[in-house]
Amino acid sequence: MKKIALAAALALSFGSAALAQQVKVGIAAEPYPPFAAPDASGAYTGWEVDIIGAVCKAAALDCAITPVAWDGIIPALTSGQIDMIMASMSITDERLKTIDFSDKYYNTPTVIVGAKGVQMDATPESLAGKIIGVQVSTIHEAYVQKYFAAGAAEVKTYQTQDEANQDLAAGRIDATQADSVAEQAFLDSEAGKACCEIKGTVADDPEILGKGVGAGLRKGEDELKGKINAAIKQIREDGTYDAITAKYFAMSIYGN
Amino acid sequence: MTAFGALAASSLDLLAYAPPGWGATLLAGLRNSVLIAFGAFGLGLAIGIGGAFGKLYGGPITRDLLAVYTTIVRAVPELVLILFLYYAVTGAVNEALLLWGYERIQISGVAAGIAVLGVVQGAYATEVLRGAILAVPVGQIEAARAMGMPPVLLAWRIVFPLMLANAIPGLANLWLVATKDTALLGVVGFAELTKATQQAASTTKAFFTFLTAAGLLYLALSLLSTVVFHRIEAWARKGQKRTGG
Amino acid sequence: MRDWLQPHRVVLIGLAVALVLACAWFLRWDWLAEPKYQLLIVQGIWRTLWILVVTMVIGMLLAVPLGLAQAAGPWYLAAPARAFCSVIRGTPLLLQLWLLYYGLGSLFPSIPGLRGSVLWPYLRQAWPYAVVALSLSVAGYEGEVMRGAFKGVPHGQLEAAKAMGMPRFAMFRRIWLPQALHRVLPTLGGETVLQLKATPLVSTITIMDTYAVAGRIRQDTFIVYEPLLMLAVVYMAITGLIVLMFRWFESRFPSKSA
Repeated sequence: MKKIALAAALALSFGSAALAQQVKVGIAAEPYPPFAAPDASGAYTGWEVDIIGAVCKAAALDCAITPVAWDGIIPALTSGQIDMIMASMSITDERLKTIDFSDKYYNTPTVIVGAKGVQMDATPESLAGKIIGVQVSTIHEAYVQKYFAAGAAEVKTYQTQDEANQDLAAGRIDATQADSVAEQAFLDSEAGKACCEIKGTVADDPEILGKGVGAGLRKGEDELKGKINAAIKQIREDGTYDAITAKYFAMSIYGN
Repeated sequence: MTAFGALAASSLDLLAYAPPGWGATLLAGLRNSVLIAFGAFGLGLAIGIGGAFGKLYGGPITRDLLAVYTTIVRAVPELVLILFLYYAVTGAVNEALLLWGYERIQISGVAAGIAVLGVVQGAYATEVLRGAILAVPVGQIEAARAMGMPPVLLAWRIVFPLMLANAIPGLANLWLVATKDTALLGVVGFAELTKATQQAASTTKAFFTFLTAAGLLYLALSLLSTVVFHRIEAWARKGQKRTGG
Repeated sequence: MRDWLQPHRVVLIGLAVALVLACAWFLRWDWLAEPKYQLLIVQGIWRTLWILVVTMVIGMLLAVPLGLAQAAGPWYLAAPARAFCSVIRGTPLLLQLWLLYYGLGSLFPSIPGLRGSVLWPYLRQAWPYAVVALSLSVAGYEGEVMRGAFKGVPHGQLEAAKAMGMPRFAMFRRIWLPQALHRVLPTLGGETVLQLKATPLVSTITIMDTYAVAGRIRQDTFIVYEPLLMLAVVYMAITGLIVLMFRWFESRFPSKSA
């Protein structure tokens, strides 16, 4: 029995040793246009997917894009199911306690989106008494809980930002906080144009909102981190980053 | 009226088989759901046979441990069990491999889904099979023993066919539960019909269309399964006395 | 009591206690001490319980006519009842929940004047949808159970009542319904447990029940297993309570074999 188990483990290890160079890059299974969203054939496309391709090429890694449920993506990384997270995950001190991050590869402001015609801006006073919706397990949820929850009528959490946008269009929530670029995709859609507009940018809090979006890595994977950082630097210097950004956005989203 | 007409027309566009219609994605999700349900049902059946025999004929420790297993699995919601088993099992397997000095392995979504749902199904299958075995008329077993039938032949020729007829309604129910529990796997991120529906609906904002389409697919699956199981039960009950109505 | 003191049981119980103590000692439980999480946990359990009770009651009230229609009704009542039960039992509850909440929600912008209507405060919140979906689900499953129960009441009793000139409604109220409910009582406990296990699904439509609270704790603190363990313990405790409660019910109405 022991021999069989040992043989099986050896066979598995040979199999996986052959794939040892393959890096499983985790992305969120939930759609997050224009960064990563599945199309009808199931393939994921978007700015972030293209950046993953460019970074892996520059680092000479064999990357496999692996969709994982967003609110289980960090446990998936720490338990070894994936090797890297590139899912628009912000670098925050809280997350740094559990995982490591590469250098940032983009940084966009966070906005509050609300119904057209309603007077509202991105301050706790203005949002008092309103119903705010956020995606679960995000920096936006943490921010809303810290700054707006005390005065707000209710904070509702959704599995995807799309569901929150849906409820905003349906009128069930008064406002949602999310990344400006992701929300722009919603506001450009028919439903978004009809119902809602950006109300303002929230006051910055680097501790919660983080210092930009970086690739999540397990602690101790310094070699992989070095490769990824070098690759990010390279694609920024040789113009690949700007070329990919030009396909999706009017201006650079690298931020400062 | 034209609003509904437009809605219907755009719905059919969205559900079309070829991209940009999402019909193929939904069907692929359905295929995954059926595969996972099949595997989980089979695994559950295997665990259930072992569990039923252990509970009926095993020693006291076996019986107690099995009782703990079935009680816990039947008392805790599937969603919690699925989350726990998914992270605990894959984490434990990878830890063990690391301990022996080997690389981590990636357990595919389908395999993990089958393993997790199979463990849950096993607990219910244990109870169904145990009840079915207990419902076999004792007189038949005694008569066979009196005629000197060896135990294995007894199990195969007498207990098994009679038990099968009793077990099939319960197992049919379990199969339906398996097909619907795959939807819970979607919440944890596995690619199956409910997840595909959520993605399609999120991307196209046509929630009503896709949720209804997915519902119809599940309904078709369950109606087909019910018909199949009725025929299986009729076949299993061949030659047995009809119980009074 | 002597059952529990057999040597192998004592050893197993000892092992279980050791396991629980090891979990309590080695795993991270500091989050339980925070008052804000304690409040959330209590609120979550309260929501789980009231949703369970309300939907079981409404569902059973709907299940009785559904079962009766299928057992004894004319074809124009029995067929829709059967169709309803088939649809409810043939599709996942998660899908039914989402269809009601997100599906209907996606139609809201195209209905003018909705926001001014008197229903609007209820359409905005998530709990009405959860109550409706779960109640319909209970009705679908228990309708099937009640059908079997109504059919299972010995026909002779109903015939005797008719022969004695009892009006139909009185026969239903005093003979058929009580006997059917009595037959169903053992299964009802199990069905309530099944409904309890279905309640975590409401967390996907923004209701902060026990499961959603555990999820929130998990991603606030990044702890993976301990909140799930607490979740399992809470649900097992509630299940135990339900089982005990139904056992007490059954002891109050002992079954006399007909």
